[in-house]
This record gives sequence, C-alpha cells and structure tokens, in this order.
Amino acid sequence: MRHTISVLVENKFGVLARISGLFSARGYNIASLAVSETLDPTISYLTMVVEAEDEKILEQIKKQLNKLIDIISVTDFTKKGHVERELILAKIGYSSKDKTRLDSVLNKIGAKAVQRGSDTAIIEMMGDQDEIKALLEGLKQFGIKELVRSGRIAISKE
Amino acid sequence: MKMNGAKILIEALKKEGVEVIFGYPGGQVLPIFDVLYDADIKFILTRHEQGAAHAADGYSRATGKVGVCLATSGPGATNLTTGIANAYMDSIPMVAITGQVKSFLIGNDAFQEADITGVTRSITKHNYLVKDVKELAKTIREAFYIAASGRPGPVLIDIPSDIQQQEAEFIWPEEVDIRSYKPTSFGHPGQIKKAARLISASKKPLIYAGGGIITSGAHHELKKLTEKLNAPITWTLMGIGCFPATHKLSLGMLGMHGTAYANHAIMEADLILAVGARFDDRVTGRLDKFAPYAKVIHIDIDPTSISKNVRVDIPIVGDAKNILGQLIEDMDKIPDTSEWLKTIEGWKKKCPLKYHDKKDIIKPQYVVEQIYEATKGKAIITTEVGQNQMWAAQWYKYDYPRTFISSGGLGTMGFGFPAAMGAKVGLPDKTVFDIAGDGSIQMNIQELGTCVANKINVKVAILNNGYLGMVRQWQELFYKKRYAYTTMTNPDFVKLAESYGAVGIRVTKREDVPKAIEKAISTDNVVLIDFKVEEEENVFPMVPAGEALNRMIEGLA
Repeated sequence: MRHTISVLVENKFGVLARISGLFSARGYNIASLAVSETLDPTISYLTMVVEAEDEKILEQIKKQLNKLIDIISVTDFTKKGHVERELILAKIGYSSKDKTRLDSVLNKIGAKAVQRGSDTAIIEMMGDQDEIKALLEGLKQFGIKELVRSGRIAISKE
Repeated sequence: MKMNGAKILIEALKKEGVEVIFGYPGGQVLPIFDVLYDADIKFILTRHEQGAAHAADGYSRATGKVGVCLATSGPGATNLTTGIANAYMDSIPMVAITGQVKSFLIGNDAFQEADITGVTRSITKHNYLVKDVKELAKTIREAFYIAASGRPGPVLIDIPSDIQQQEAEFIWPEEVDIRSYKPTSFGHPGQIKKAARLISASKKPLIYAGGGIITSGAHHELKKLTEKLNAPITWTLMGIGCFPATHKLSLGMLGMHGTAYANHAIMEADLILAVGARFDDRVTGRLDKFAPYAKVIHIDIDPTSISKNVRVDIPIVGDAKNILGQLIEDMDKIPDTSEWLKTIEGWKKKCPLKYHDKKDIIKPQYVVEQIYEATKGKAIITTEVGQNQMWAAQWYKYDYPRTFISSGGLGTMGFGFPAAMGAKVGLPDKTVFDIAGDGSIQMNIQELGTCVANKINVKVAILNNGYLGMVRQWQELFYKKRYAYTTMTNPDFVKLAESYGAVGIRVTKREDVPKAIEKAISTDNVVLIDFKVEEEENVFPMVPAGEALNRMIEGLA
C-alpha cells in the first residue's frame, strides 16, 4: 500500500543522499519524492510516497527516517487530514479535428492544453490522485506519448 | 585566539577529554600531525588504519569513553571503514577523523581522493565534511555528542587539508543543541507501570539482556531487579558481563551457541523482559517459533529496534539505567518463580555446557578455562570471530561489565588483537588477553609492531587448529565435510612474535597449558602463545541457522 509522508529536514548538502541511501540499504521503495525549501531557508520539506506492505514496515520507515540526525520531523498522512496535489504534463496525439473531443475531456476534468501543435498537444493538470487518474483515462483515446509527473506534495489540514 | 584548523581540531579534542588517538599519517593530514608533534595527547601509530579503528573501538569498549582514530584521505580513510562498520553494528561511540584533499579539488579525482562521507553514510551514526574552518570546533563538539548519546555509534569528520591550514577564532560551544536530534532518556512512566503489572502477573519470567546494559551502565540496576524478581536471566554476546556469570540466577548466553538451558527457558517463558537487546537473528533462531508462550516487554533506547523482528507487547523507549531504576520502584507484587527456577535447575543438570576433555590433546575450551583460572576472572578478554569467539564466550565466566570485548554484529575477523591493544592503552593496569584463532590473528598480525613499539603488553592466545574453524564446522555439519579452502598454512607464530620483539611460546601438551599462561601474564612484554589444539573440535551446542532455538545440536553423548 502507498502512504504519503512528509519530512522536514535540515537544508544541507547530502541530506537527500542520506534518505535515499536509507531506502536502498533497507530495501524500501519510494514511489515519488518532491523536495523544496520552506519559508525558513535552513529547512527543506519533502513529500514522499512510500510503498509499505504492512503497518510494521511503515513504522520502520518512519522510525528509521527519524533516526537520521538531519531529519527534524516525520509526519505520516495515512490517518491524518491533509490535502494532496500533483502536477502532470502529458503529451498526446492531436490534430485539429480532435479539438472538440479534447476540449470536452479537458473541461469535464478541469485540465488545460498548454500547447496544441500539428500532431501533438501538451496537457497540464494539477489535482489529486483521483482527478489525475480520471484525466489519464480520458486522454487514452488520443494516445499518451509522454507523461511527466511532479510527484505528490501534501500539506496537513491542521 | 586565532589558530589554524589543525590546531583547532587538537584543542577541541582536548576539550572533549581525549587522551589518546590511534592513527596513521599521510599527505592530507600533515598539518594535524604537525600539531600533534608537541601536543599533550598521546598518539599511537598503528601499522594499518584498520588496526587504528579497531583499537579506538576496543579502547571505547574497555573504558566507556569515546575512542578516536585518525587517517589520511583516500586509502587511509577507506582502510578505516571495516573498523567503523564494526563500531556501528555494536553501537560503540567512536570519532573517526580523516584528512581530505583540498576543498577546491574535491570531486576532481585528485590524488588519494575518496568520497569518504559518501562511503561511510550507511556505517556511521552521522558524518561531516567540514567546508568552513569556522564550523570546525562546533562540528567536533557535535560529533562527540552524537557519538556518545542516545544509541551510541561512530561519527566521521572529514577535513580537507586546506581547512586544516586556514585560520579562525577558536570558539568552543559550551552547549550542544541539535534541533533534529533529541534522544529519549527517560521511559514513559505509564508504560513502566504497565510493565510492572505484566511482570507481577507472570509465572515464568525471563530477563534477556543485551549490550545496552553495558552502554548505559545499568548493571547495578539489572542485578537489583533480577534479584528482586528472583527471575532467571540470559544475555546476548554483546551483553556478556552485564550480570555476574557466576550468579545462581544466571543462564549464560542464549542463541545459536548459547546454553541449552537458556534456549529452553526462552521457549518456555511466559514473559520476556528484553533490555538493551535487539532480537538479532543469531539470538532468535527461527523467528516464528521464537518464545511462543511469552509476552514481551522491550526496553531500548532506539525506537527502530522495537518491533523490528519480534512483536512487542509493551515497548519502552529510553535509557536502560533510568528505566530499570523506575521499574524496581514500581514492582510491588513479586511473582512466585520457585517452580520456574526448579524447571530451569532441571535443564541445567540435564544439559550443562560441556566438552569432552582429553589427557593427550589440548582442547580449546580447556585453554579458555585455564585463562579464567589464571586471571581469576579479572582480565579483559577480547576475541576474534569464529570458534575462538564462541569458546571465549562460553568458557570464561565474566562477572563484570566491559571485560568481554568482541565483534558482535559485524563479526569482524581481525578485530580482537587491535581491540586488545586499545583496551590495554585505556586500562594499562589490566591483564588483557586476545583469544584468537590461527586464521583471524593473521588479519591484523601487523599490530604486533605497534604493541612492541609502544610497550602495550597484551597477551594473545591462539587456539591453533590449522583451520578456519567455524567455517570448517559448518562444512562438516552442512556440506558433507567438503573443507573448501578452510585449511590454513600458518607461519611459525613463535618466530613471528620474536621477530617483532615480542615473546612467543608454543604449547603442544595439555599439562603445559597453565604454566604457559602464567608465564604470559608474568612476562613484561607482548606475549603470543601458540596453542596447538584439537583440530576438528566443534562449538556446541549449536542451533542451525534458521531453526527454532530448541532444535539444538548437542554434539556430545
């Protein structure tokens, strides 16, 4: 099962290597990872989506992360009110005769085309996992040639 | 006062109370060695950086202080890594200092460059690459604090040589405050009360203690609690010395080569109080068959150790000394253990630790027993890894903490001799014996040079069976006696010792064992005794890897 967790870390060189090293050394999987500076430039905020077969592994992941000296705090969003978003860019097959069909898909889901070329279009959408899934489903008919995802970011509601 | 980075380092080490550094010079630590030349810190020049790391580790295990080793960049640093990994697995506080190529050359594949912070990331508790001389003093302060606090471990500080040469004010931070590192010391009072109730309700309690007792200095509390509960106690390899082995409640070591009665007790207990131990696979055997009837209370300073292998009913995170102290106070109703102790007495009678002694050959177990007799149990024993280690664990009775020094987690052959050297430097008045095998002693035999040059008069007892004995034992038992590459062609150890200026003694007859040991102890020099022992002697009992603890091979009729 996938779990979204956020991690506050010291904004120092090598911290990301410590985290990725921990995951590879202990055989944990990272499904996605997004990192950026916070308002306090000495702290970075990571949102990670991790794969954990069971509660025991998830617990270990959280504890092992906490054990790293440069990690300030770990928050597990599994049972916590939070908002998640991910940005995607999708390149699809497109010609002008597809315009109406594409617009109807985009309008329904709230995505937009950032570029329409002679044989491809680039679609952008920001949303939660269900919305992204719905969009990708809708875009299938055009043929998705390339897909880039930012990785999830999440913030707690409290 | 302004001073260069090298001087700042040495001043900082003095502030930390460092008395001795084990190490080896090289191109990128020349500024540091220039300061060491007339600093009042003792420097022990080892013959290999691995020896320096193990010596710092052994020093730490014997004294409880933070051990310090120093090496140059590149190969100097990478040679430390086995020693660092060893200290990491056994939670030994150590600070390793390495020189690095000049900061502007880092990443350039410069001569003797290695990304040592990258290399050691997963074998250190933390590490630093110092890029600004103004950060150096603070970094050293933090490194010592991190190494020694919480669950201890090695910390590496990599210092580029230009940083060693640059000048800054020496400002020593009195306090350490790391916002991202706050180890828990006191256990949760509610959890401790719950634990006390669970113990009160048990009929067959068993205490299972580990190295955490020794790290925490909790042996007095452990003894008090054990006696108050009148409960049997067993311990891990790392826990040896945490409780007197000669005490009537002692079951000795458990696990793969533990006593049969300790393993039976685990399998029958209805409550296990685990303190400062981590349910390692060498202890638990087959996990799903481990302690089937027991509720488990687990006290450990490291939250990651709890419920990692064995499901725990009451976890208590914190320092063992504090928690045991509180638990003793909270225990008002003491369980009646008389029946349980009778059962255990029965096992002790039925399946004692034993070996088949012979008149015409030297048994390795006999040598260990004789070392115990000669030193009256007061020596510091270090071991290599393999059969020698298990016999040293089984046949010497350790009544005091920090008297058994052995590579537990990593299982590093070549550890015992340099560790003995470090222990002897830390406690020069103690008799220090390295119980070795003929294979493992050769992994760091070069440290004979260090010992002789610095008059570090350790004693080495080689249990020489001409084999890599433990591997041979597994080959005998599980690979149809196909002894693939486990026979050793050895040097003449007596001549070897003599060529270094040490004393060598060869013992081939059983009756000569005691007097050889006496002579080693009374000789004011480094002494190496080559005991020619039974070649195909095995370590028993033995739980085959992956079997349940009560599936022991006893070995003897």
